[in-house]
Amino acid sequence: MSLSLASRHSWFEATARARIAGLLDAGSFTEWLPPAVSQPSPHLAQLDLPGAFDDGVVVGYGQLAQKLIFVIAQEGQFMGGAVGEIHGAKIVGTLRRAAEEKPAAVLFLIDSGGVRLHEANAGLIAISEIMRAVLDARAAGVPVVALIGGSCGAFGGMGIVAKLCSAIVISEEGRLALSGPEVIETVMGVEEFDSKDRALVWRVTGGKHRYLMGDCAVLVEDDVAAFRSGAADFLAAWDEPVPGIATLRARQRGLEARLAAYGALCDGLDVWAALGVAQPESVPLLDRDSLVALKEGLPT
Amino acid sequence: MEILEFRFDSTPGARPNHPALCGVVGSGNLEILVQSGELPDCCQVHIKTSARGFGTTWQAVLGDFAASHAAGGTTIAINDMGATPAVVSLRLAQALAEYQGGAQ
Repeated sequence: MSLSLASRHSWFEATARARIAGLLDAGSFTEWLPPAVSQPSPHLAQLDLPGAFDDGVVVGYGQLAQKLIFVIAQEGQFMGGAVGEIHGAKIVGTLRRAAEEKPAAVLFLIDSGGVRLHEANAGLIAISEIMRAVLDARAAGVPVVALIGGSCGAFGGMGIVAKLCSAIVISEEGRLALSGPEVIETVMGVEEFDSKDRALVWRVTGGKHRYLMGDCAVLVEDDVAAFRSGAADFLAAWDEPVPGIATLRARQRGLEARLAAYGALCDGLDVWAALGVAQPESVPLLDRDSLVALKEGLPT
Repeated sequence: MEILEFRFDSTPGARPNHPALCGVVGSGNLEILVQSGELPDCCQVHIKTSARGFGTTWQAVLGDFAASHAAGGTTIAINDMGATPAVVSLRLAQALAEYQGGAQ
């Protein structure tokens, strides 16, 4: 999957609309509540801030490899992809509709720092409703797949939402965590986590680390076509029973074992060494294919 | 935030029913929504901008756009987060091309 830079179309740099256009079968996308119909946020207007026509999220349906797919795409360039009331309502409505109409999947293009603090409780409620709606769609048998590779990653409430999805497709540039690096540094001090140390931030939250830890099902190049084929291949092989209490308990035991094994380690380098990677310092320089091969060779 | 309204005379152009959107409300950027308007020889513009006090600059940039393009018969809505005049001019041309190109 090695691509020349000239033929690449970066997912990281693309807008939400450009990502959808490259992800789905050409020309198959139909938007619900398009910009001319949607409402900008009334909360931002009250704070004297200009809103966006689509409130920073694009929702609709289309086809991926000739299968009906619902799509949710957050625009990271608008207020960090943060979730406000209307933004959240569009996501929840799409997920609830998926639970009823049962498309082949919902693809959730996450690019967000979490709650839009300007909208306070309305944003927090929206996030909790999204969590419930993701689980309801999965319980109805519809896989919800998170695609993470935008500049805002998936943090805060959207980090939790990502992990509630059926699976995650991520690029090396993607990041996934709960509290953002700057939040940790502000609260706990720079000795705890230096948010200016970009290499450290990526070693702890970045796509390669998440993939090595088994948090993400698929690692792809930072390329719109790679996300498309990654998502299509993953869905073609998708066969998971509806989540139940037994799988939840097994997952909980797995997380407890992980905390016991790696909880005291402070850097991705230490975690990779503990995972059995012979040369952990080489991981940040590996290309995508080499890293996938490395993970397949690891003891499980 | 400042809200600005303008109306310019402009050569009548194609007026498809499908609106066109381009740009994102990000730092130094703006989004432009072009739709068909009421008057065929007139371009109406509605702006919400985070930068106050640039009304005369907006008037100059938009007036130049309306004079040099067949933008008659359109209504243009803009959400702006501090885009420079050069960025505004490029986005306006891009949005109008996407709007009128969508008619074919």
